[in-house]
Amino acid sequence: MTIDPDASPAFSGFAHPERLVSTDWLAAHLGTAGLVVVESDEDVLLYESGHIAGAVKVDWHTDLNDPVERDYIDGAAFAALLGSKGISRDTTVVIYGDKNNWWAAYALWVFTLFGHDDVRLLDGGRAKWEAEGREYTRDRPTPGPVDYPVVQRDDTVIRAYKDDVLAHLGSPLIDVRSPEEYSGERTTAPAYPEEGALRAGHIPSAQNVPWGRAAAEDGTFRSPAELDELYRVGAGLSDGDDVIAYCRIGERSAHTWFVLTHLLGFENVRNYDGSWTEWGSAVRVPIAQGAEPGEVPARVPATAVPATVPAAER
Amino acid sequence: MTDLPEALAQIRDDFLGLAQSERLMLLLEFSDELPDLPERFAEHPDLLERVEECQAPVFIFVEVDDAGIVLLHATAPKEAPTTRGFASILVQGLAGLTAQQVLDVPEDFPQMIGLGAAISPLRLRGMNALLSRTRRQVRAKIAA
Repeated sequence: MTIDPDASPAFSGFAHPERLVSTDWLAAHLGTAGLVVVESDEDVLLYESGHIAGAVKVDWHTDLNDPVERDYIDGAAFAALLGSKGISRDTTVVIYGDKNNWWAAYALWVFTLFGHDDVRLLDGGRAKWEAEGREYTRDRPTPGPVDYPVVQRDDTVIRAYKDDVLAHLGSPLIDVRSPEEYSGERTTAPAYPEEGALRAGHIPSAQNVPWGRAAAEDGTFRSPAELDELYRVGAGLSDGDDVIAYCRIGERSAHTWFVLTHLLGFENVRNYDGSWTEWGSAVRVPIAQGAEPGEVPARVPATAVPATVPAAER
Repeated sequence: MTDLPEALAQIRDDFLGLAQSERLMLLLEFSDELPDLPERFAEHPDLLERVEECQAPVFIFVEVDDAGIVLLHATAPKEAPTTRGFASILVQGLAGLTAQQVLDVPEDFPQMIGLGAAISPLRLRGMNALLSRTRRQVRAKIAA
């Protein structure tokens, strides 16, 4: 960490309190050398409509996603992006955004794929900054380009692919979508556009904990005790569990990944970014419908079994 | 180039004449210019139709006057400037057109104004939904 963490007592009960900063902390640290503030929103124009002074913008669609393949940008593109924003490898990055930091958490997760060490969230995001009457500007900063090394993305630790999920069945899965998507009444979030999935429902045995429950009314994260109630008591997670979270395209579950990893201290959490738009359209993968998690299938289709499983155990 | 009504053609040309990064700023100008709803709608929220395909809450209402001229009203919150921008482009671009002229606007007008790279093709679909709901309301109004 290149800049002192926010020592606010409100964060002390979290596993990694250094991953959060308060609006007070940020207001006091704006302009500090070695700190870059990044805004990442669902709405691509929200940053232009007014942002925290000096903040730069990173958009999940146009910056972080590969424009052709359904994947994230590679190390060279990430290096070019961050360098152009004035971020070097040892910069302290604080990300904030709209909708309870939904997309901010997603950007933080992508930064983590590239091993950027010091990346934090502004607790409460835009909503709290605004509610406190703090200023926005439309002035766009012009950071001098800096060198960011080309780092290979590491997809092995915090990212899960469809085959990883099939091999994981029987271990904890958290479906962070709305109850309507989970039960199979619909394939998209209420009030969101159809992004395409042929079947509705959830991955068998997944517990449904809608992502937004981790946020309080003011947009900040709920207390450690409340989060324990949600995930340890409610969803039955235990220390040491290997957990995969998913949603529709992996953004809401990146928020839950942040909560489980950095706030509750689970060390083996992966985000399945293919999520329902892949699973719900894949051929011969198990699906459960209704409000109950459903049983882990006794056997998954032979074609979907990873090659490492001996035939006798299928 | 497709034969568009004058205002829509002007909007298209304005966007296409800008560098990619500046196109967002023009969209922001449109967003800022979306007029407030007329007072009479405040008492009749039931008249407004929600555009479900848009991520942000956006509501539209179409009037066709005695001369057959279409008047589109739209509202979206300031937290959704992209959606406000889409609505504002249509409010300005369709202003003064007859019902038939509105129905003749190509469904893929949103794809003609060069915003795909700046905001992503997926997000542009919100404007297609706005246009298509507007056309549907126009058809319903002239059939009534």
